[in-house]
Order: sequence, then C-alpha cells, then structure tokens
Amino acid sequence: MTNMFEAADSVSPISGPPRALEYANDRIFRGIAWTSAFLVIALTGFILWEVGRQAAPAIQAYGLGFITGTEWNVNQGEFGVLPEIWGTLYSSLLALALGGLFGIAIAIFLTQDFIHHRLAMIFRTVIEMLAAIPSVVFGLWGIYILIPLLKPGAEWLHDQLGWFPLFSTDLAGPGMAPAALVLAIMILPTVAAITVDAFHRIPYKIKEAAYGMGTTRWEAILKVMVPTASSGILAALVLGFGRALGETMALAMLIGNANQISLSLFSPANTLASLLASTFPEAGHLEVQALMYAALVLLAITFLVNVMGQMVQQYTIRKFEGKR
Amino acid sequence: MNAAAETMFVAAPYQAAGKVVIECNVAKIFYGDFLAVRDSQVPIEKRKITGFIGPSGCGKSTVLRSLNRMNDLISIFRFEGNVMYHGQDVYAKKVDPVLVRRYIGMVFQQPNPFSMSVYDNVAFGLRLNRYKGDMDERVEKALKRAALWKEVKDKLKNSGLSLSGGQQQRLCIARAIATEPDVLLMDEPCSALDPIATRQVEELMLELKERYTLALVTHNMQQATRVADTTAFFSVDISKGGRTGYLVEMGPTEQIFQNPRETLTKEYISGEFS
Ligand SMILES: Nc1ncnc2c1ncn2[C@@H]1O[C@H](COP(=O)(O)OP(=O)(O)OP(=O)(O)O)[C@@H](O)[C@H]1O
Ligand SMILES: [Mg+2]
Repeated sequence: MTNMFEAADSVSPISGPPRALEYANDRIFRGIAWTSAFLVIALTGFILWEVGRQAAPAIQAYGLGFITGTEWNVNQGEFGVLPEIWGTLYSSLLALALGGLFGIAIAIFLTQDFIHHRLAMIFRTVIEMLAAIPSVVFGLWGIYILIPLLKPGAEWLHDQLGWFPLFSTDLAGPGMAPAALVLAIMILPTVAAITVDAFHRIPYKIKEAAYGMGTTRWEAILKVMVPTASSGILAALVLGFGRALGETMALAMLIGNANQISLSLFSPANTLASLLASTFPEAGHLEVQALMYAALVLLAITFLVNVMGQMVQQYTIRKFEGKR
Repeated sequence: MNAAAETMFVAAPYQAAGKVVIECNVAKIFYGDFLAVRDSQVPIEKRKITGFIGPSGCGKSTVLRSLNRMNDLISIFRFEGNVMYHGQDVYAKKVDPVLVRRYIGMVFQQPNPFSMSVYDNVAFGLRLNRYKGDMDERVEKALKRAALWKEVKDKLKNSGLSLSGGQQQRLCIARAIATEPDVLLMDEPCSALDPIATRQVEELMLELKERYTLALVTHNMQQATRVADTTAFFSVDISKGGRTGYLVEMGPTEQIFQNPRETLTKEYISGEFS
C-alpha cells in the first residue's frame, strides 16, 4: 500500500500508516478465513454429492413413492419412509416442546436474579455437562431406568384415558414417550445455554427501563426480557430442533424401531436416523441405496427446518429490533 | 472524630414555600463500601420543577434514582435515611417498590426504548396499568407532548430501536408520560437532543408542571435557569481521599444563580473551578 497522504506534514510521528507486516497479516488472515469458508462448503457439497450418487438408483426406482410409502420390506423390494418421517418429526417436536420449555425456564431462572450469579455459573456448568454425556449412555439410562419408571403411569393413562389418541396404546417397552423424553433432555443444554447467552446480551438499561415503568419481576421478564431476547431464543430452539432431528443412537435404542404411524405416545415408532443406524450394518446392495435415499430425505428436512428457522428469526429481528 | 465533624460541611436545609411531595433525606448512600453521597436534604415541591446540578460524579443520578427506588436493582446499593412521599417512607419495609415506580416515573440518562414497536413502547405503561380507554388517543397525545409525533406518525409499527438517538430519548419521554405519573424524574433528558427538540422538551416540562411534579438533573445551566423553580447544587468532596457527593446549596433557582450563598456554588455556575 502506498501512502497517498504524504502531504499531511503536520501530522505527528505517532499517527502513521500501517506497516507492511500489518497489511500482510491482514491478507493472511483473510486468506485463512476464505479458505475455511470454502472448505466447509466444499465438504458439504461433497457429502451431498456422494450420498446423492449412491442414492441415485433408489431415487430413480422409487421416486416420490419412497416418501409416501409405508412399507420397508427388503425381500419384496418395497421401500417407503413415511413412518420414519412421521416418527422423526413427531419425536423431535415433542422433544422441542418439552426441552424448549424447560430450557427457556432454566435460562430465565439462571439470568433473572433468582439466584446469586456465582451459583448460576455452577448450575450452568452442570447443565452444559449434560451435553457431554454420550448418547449411548442416554440410551442405556432410558432402557434401564426411564422405561420402567414410565410404565406404571403409562398403563394408568391408557386404562383411564385410552380413548384419547395420545394414550391409545400401552407402553410395552421402547416407544415414543421414552424416546422423546430422552431427546428432550439431550437438547435441553443446547437450548438453555444459547438462551442464557441471549438474556445476557440484553443491555442493563433495558432492564432498568422495565422496572422503571413499574413492572413486577414477572412482568419485566415476560413483557420485556423475553421479547427482547426472542431472536436468540428462536435460534436456540432451531438448533435444539436440528439436534433432535439428527439424534441417532439413543433413539435407535429407545424408540422401538417399528414401522408404523401412530399418535400414541406409548407405541413404538421409528425415525430416519435410527432407521439408518439400525439397518445399515446388515444392509444389502439394494437396501443401502434406499438408505442413502432416506439420508437425503433427512438432510432435506433438516435443511428446511433451518431455513424456516432463519426466516422466523429474521422476521422477529425486523419486528423487534428494526434492523435489516 | 471532632476534627472530622468540623470539616464535614452540611448544607442548610431548604425551607420550601409550597407543599412538598417528596422529602428526600439522604444520610448516606453506599455502593458497596464506597460512600457515594452523604447528608443531603432535597425537598421536591408539588407542581414545581426541581433542578439538580453539579459536576460529573457528584451523585445527582444516584440521589434522583433513590427517589423511586430504582437503585434497588443494584445489589451493592445501600440507602441510609428516608424518602418521604406523601408522608410515607418509600424505603419502609412494607412498601412495594413496584408501586413507588408506578407513581414516580423516570426518564433515564441514556435512551432505553424496548425492542418493540414505537406504538407498543408508548402503550407499555398503559397496558401495564390495564388502561381501558382509547389507547390510540393516549399514545398520540404522549407522542405529541414529547415532540415526536410528526416524525413517527407514519412509522408507529416500526421498532423503537430504528429511531435516531434523539428520537429514542423522546420516545422514552413519551413512554414515561403516557401514564401521567404523579412525579416524573428526568435524568439529563436532553443530553442527546438538538436545540430544537431540547426547547420542545423544556416546554413539555413547563406544561407538565401545571399538573405534575418534576425533578430534573441537568448539566446545562441555561436549562436549569429556564425551567427549574428550585435548584439543588451538589458537589464532590475529595478531601478525605474518597469521592463523596453532597448537597452544597439548595434554593429558588434565581437565588442560586444570581446570589449564591456558597463560594463553591458561585464558582461552579460561573464556570470557575478550583
Ligand atoms: N452502579 C454503581 N456501582 C458503583 N458505583 C456507582 C454506581 N453508580 C454510580 N456509582 C458511583 O457513584 C458516584 C455518583 O455517580 P452518579 O452516577 O450519581 O453521578 P452523576 O452526578 O449522575 O454524574 P453524571 O453527571 O456524570 O451523570 C460516582 O462516583 C460513581 O462512580
Ligand atoms: Mg448522572
């Protein structure tokens, strides 16, 4: 870079042009950033292409019937993933409702002066440690502790309120309820941590403004803090939902891998990810192609969820913060 | 002990002529161990504007915010003394600070609109108080009084944060006056405003004092002479190594500016500093 302002001769020696090394650092850093961004995109593209290539024969053979089909029968060459799509969305939505609600509640509890901030830090660390537990451990915990714990309650609900679609079957073992519960626990740290950050980002003066208007604590939280943090909370929910959609191991262990569509919380079901995990090891040539197709469907769902989440988030940012 | 007592200056209490709405008797205000303000009696008279002036850091905001217990939000804040509002100490145990703040409203030093639409910002206090009348009319009136209506009447649905800094401050004024509180505390409300908007806000203050009581912190001497009926001058005591603010002198604005009793006051208003 040349200095075009040599003419400014009354400038003190303290203010001067950046040195060549500083320009070089700038360029190197920019180079690294661009390369990383490109690599991420290239890797995603490569995975998509590879999965798509292997799925191509299945896509050609089954077309859209794959998505609306309800049978998965290798011997007859019938492949359909509608029950898995249903199971994926149903379990993830249940988990999102539960984990999201508790995650946000925990974030409010940790950030809105209910407890001393040091205690809040400890709580937060504990919750984040939940995220470090391997999913197979969650699966085992679900099988040996959660399912036996749920059984009596599920039985009672089915006996008393069996006419209600959510309780229309009995919990024989693995099923939607334990799977969704474990999923909820698994996404809770994500939702809680990101929501905590969203609350922390609210400037102190906003809190002052709220209390200055004469709000009670709950009014301040519900009418000011939550709307102010809404775009961050939405980001937390989208991330949590994404995590629930893709979760594999714990679900493969807990959901029962049954190819059926049911509203009942206690009937076994299946998800796309768990179908992949449990079928892949012994899959033949034809089935692998079908599984690749299923993986593409899962990718498409995740992509759609993210795009929709982004849209809702942009909308709330525009509405509440007025930025574009 | 005796020597200290001798050097500790305490202003002569100001004998208000009219009815006093808030009798603020500060003994000591602490932030943690730090003694921020000591021995200051500031009566706020009904339907008058009480101005607070003094150098930066002398505790004007601290005293003003003590009047409606805003400082309760700061965990290390400690207030010794009392603030009698209509004969009741707002620092008494049984008093709910939320109620105090509904009656004693506040405009802050920095604009702090909520991240919601302009309309919702102004309607916030009305909704909070479950106002049943014509909301639109109240919002419009508040925005007009805050000299903001013309600029925002076509963008009431836009976010309050999309306004300029000065507009945001007037939005906060509109928000505070929409509910027409008994007393309005204003902490340098015009520091982000241009001269025209400043004038408009000053006119608003003069209009408001017909029915309500105002307390105003300002760094602008002209503003104090233009609007304040009584003026309280604070200063900082750095003699003992601390930075403790205290009331130097309080009286009718004319007297403070034309015929101050204390040399500190005279030096400050004439712009001479030791
Ligand atoms: N939240 C706080 N925690 C600790 N100390 C504080 C806090 N707020 C104010 N102080 C201290 O109290 C003293 C008085 O502050 P205050 O904000 O009341 O001054 P001020 O007169 O309003 O000044 P300015 O004119 O600059 O606004 C200062 O020394 C400041 O450092
Ligand atoms: Mg101040």
